[in-house]
Amino acid sequence: MNNAVELLTSTSEWQDIAPLLSVRELNKFYAPGKGCGDINFDLYPGEVLGIVGESGSGKSTLLSCLSARLTPDSGQVLYNSEQFGEMDLYAGEESQRRVLMRSEWGIVHQHARDGLRMNVSAGANIGERLMAVGERHYGDIRAKAEEWLTAVEIDTGRIDDRPSQFSGGMQQRLQIARNLVTHPKLIFMDEPTGGLDVSVQAKLLDLLRNLVSRLGLSVIIVTHDLAVARLLAHRLIVMRRGAVVETGLTDQVLDDPQHPYTQLLVSSILQN
Amino acid sequence: MTANQLMIDVSGVEKAFTLHNQGGASFGVLDNASLQVQAGECVVLHGQSGAGKSTFLKALYANYSVDSGAIRLRDGEQMVDITSALPRRIIALRRQTLGYVSQFLRVIPRVSTLEVVMQPLLDLGVDAARCEAKAKDLLQRLNVPERLWSLAPGTFSGGEQQRVNIARGFIVDYPVLLLDEPTASLDATNRKVVVELIREAKARGAAIVGIFHDEDVREAVADRLVDIKAI
Amino acid sequence: MSAATAIGYNFAYLDEQSKRMIRRAILKGVAIPGYQVPFGGREMPLPHGWGTGGMQVTASVIGEADKLKVIDQGADDTTNAVSIRRFFAHTAGVETTELTAEATLIQTRHRIPERPLQADQILIYQVPIPEPLRFIEPRESETRKMHALSEYGAMQVKLYEDVARFGHIATSYDYPVMVNNRYMMDPSPIPKFDNPKMSMMPALQLFGAGFEKRIYAVPPFTQVESLDFDDHPFEVQSWEDACSICGSDHSFLDEVIIDDNGSKMFVCSDTDYCRERVTEGFVGEAPAQLETEQ
Ligand SMILES: Nc1ncnc2c1ncn2[C@@H]1O[C@H](COP(=O)(O)OP(=O)(O)O)[C@@H](O)[C@H]1O
Ligand SMILES: Nc1ncnc2c1ncn2[C@@H]1O[C@H](COP(=O)(O)OP(=O)(O)O)[C@@H](O)[C@H]1O
Ligand SMILES: [Mg+2]
Ligand SMILES: [Mg+2]
Ligand SMILES: [Zn+2]
Repeated sequence: MNNAVELLTSTSEWQDIAPLLSVRELNKFYAPGKGCGDINFDLYPGEVLGIVGESGSGKSTLLSCLSARLTPDSGQVLYNSEQFGEMDLYAGEESQRRVLMRSEWGIVHQHARDGLRMNVSAGANIGERLMAVGERHYGDIRAKAEEWLTAVEIDTGRIDDRPSQFSGGMQQRLQIARNLVTHPKLIFMDEPTGGLDVSVQAKLLDLLRNLVSRLGLSVIIVTHDLAVARLLAHRLIVMRRGAVVETGLTDQVLDDPQHPYTQLLVSSILQN
Repeated sequence: MTANQLMIDVSGVEKAFTLHNQGGASFGVLDNASLQVQAGECVVLHGQSGAGKSTFLKALYANYSVDSGAIRLRDGEQMVDITSALPRRIIALRRQTLGYVSQFLRVIPRVSTLEVVMQPLLDLGVDAARCEAKAKDLLQRLNVPERLWSLAPGTFSGGEQQRVNIARGFIVDYPVLLLDEPTASLDATNRKVVVELIREAKARGAAIVGIFHDEDVREAVADRLVDIKAI
Repeated sequence: MSAATAIGYNFAYLDEQSKRMIRRAILKGVAIPGYQVPFGGREMPLPHGWGTGGMQVTASVIGEADKLKVIDQGADDTTNAVSIRRFFAHTAGVETTELTAEATLIQTRHRIPERPLQADQILIYQVPIPEPLRFIEPRESETRKMHALSEYGAMQVKLYEDVARFGHIATSYDYPVMVNNRYMMDPSPIPKFDNPKMSMMPALQLFGAGFEKRIYAVPPFTQVESLDFDDHPFEVQSWEDACSICGSDHSFLDEVIIDDNGSKMFVCSDTDYCRERVTEGFVGEAPAQLETEQ
């Protein structure tokens, strides 16, 4: 089946698995209390880490720092790259970071327009990542684009339509297809279901859940929606005013929250 | 799995809840709780409502954290203390070792009954056809009408949802199985099916900790009754 | 300063300071083939869109001994070509010519002459939009980064869209090229027919974008490759017809409407080349004849 399962279930070599991403003493503040600070954690292959907290708590800032889009004030983000080996993201070359972004990584933006090219076709949106890593056979590119449209439940008949002709949910699914086509190992997502209707959200979540487990992806997902976090994340980081107030297994954090802020967060959502 | 092998080893567990947003009220639920369960053994917890039975079971599943003490569960040759294990270690343990049937099914929108039941076995890498066959067999035994299998269980009755939940809990032959009132909303026929499932699990060597309100189920499966207050 | 130049202007209109600055940009461009060098553009006494970028480059490299040819879409006699030629005759007093073979400097809009250029010639292109990545990425900061890091996958998107829509690469002008295996370059709106001529050309090629104040260059004998797909290789335009005047079946042809009935004929877009062939005794078949023969 997939790597993630093997990695997570092998008991003997338990200690030997290296983290995919390690964050050490990371700080990024725009102003006191605005940003994120004192961040430390490891992400292991196949793990889905949720970053939760109310709006303005620094989640997106942290995600940008982790995904090489925002240079932190201090601290390190260490990433175990297939191509470059163990690397300290911000100590290395920008060219390498950008290579990661279009190959080993995927970035799913909250607003599809930030992650898609709205003025070229859906097929080209998916194909671009392939062409960016050197694919030069039109027929192959097109076939893969169709394959991924199907995987994200978009009719292949829409391949030549522009994303501007798509609904919000379709745009978001296209964005996911565009990211996954190069078989990234690590996906960063910022509120992927934000701004979508509830029924559309459900479909997207279901899709994400399946893809993540089928492909054994490692994911860092930012969301203020605890239901989304519960459905997708193995583990949570709870943020408040730029600081991590609680971390742990997702259901433990949500069902038995320890920090006053987490308790407040959990109690303010409706139980299902 | 050999008989009389220690599967669950709880010692000195303390658990209190502090409600920070309700004036910081704090109350203890588990006080120096200890329990050992062997392979093939079924321990039934009893005690008044609110005594802490579910809390104890959730602590065994690492769904609740504990303030002190150790909860060691067998994973192959190793005993893993889940009070200090890394989240990914616990997730792995839950995947292959630790089964838990909660009081209520947590439904996922859009996911069909059959898929809900199959998923834990699929996650272990078992091929889909085998997972599906086993899921169908369980649903059949639990008298979930076939017409419901392709539907998401969100709209099912409490009893139907609970049977789906039980099927999901029994799809993997977990060495350790935790059951929180799985028979609460079932009729006598279906309670009997659950009893059979538990007996089969015991026969293959599973260590089971359960909470059952019905006298008949308890009688039928329990090797030991343990009062939560005495743990 | 030449005696022949108009009173009140510096040689070739631009002041020496500006020329030095532009020459530095040209040298940098030559040193980094295909790389767009920003320069402090000067105003020329012609509106933008009339080739002020090319004119500034020409003004900076032209010397008294040069012989200047100016073409517009291959022709020497359009208003644009004529006025630029006059301008330099007036301000620099240089000789002008319509013969490709004779010219030492050729300023061009939208064509490369058919006659192969030589090592002692310089071809100066007028460029409207120097940034080949603009259509896919409007942010200048981002395109600069893309060039710096050779991130050109997005460029292929343009070709993908062509094939998706038309079944083949339909882009026929302004067809993107890769220079010296390093920089993606906009060849200016020449027909893709001319793209192969750019590669390993003995003459120096300079590009000037006046409005956007960019200069770039392809030094002599530099590889210039047109983008394509493995399964849709680069191809140049071809015609069923030959030139009605000189009979050439290998030059870039313009379609010309010859009467009110919409009758048309094909003629060489490069007027000098056509004339030269006619001088050499080549003849084409007049379109009327062609029709009666069929
Ligand atoms: N580019 C920026 N410049 C200044 N302040 C910013 C910037 N981006 C975010 N902030 C501020 O930093 C804080 C954290 O923002 P953000 O990381 O977007 O939080 P979240 O994603 O949790 O809503 C907020 O107070 C926000 O206003
Ligand atoms: N997540 C929680 N947060 C706060 N209090 C809790 C939580 N879970 C259980 N409790 C409290 O702990 C006590 C024991 O509950 P529980 O273990 O469910 O009892 P039982 O299952 O024996 O009926 C009750 O007072 C209950 O309200
Ligand atoms: Mg945000
Ligand atoms: Mg209970
Ligand atoms: Zn001709």
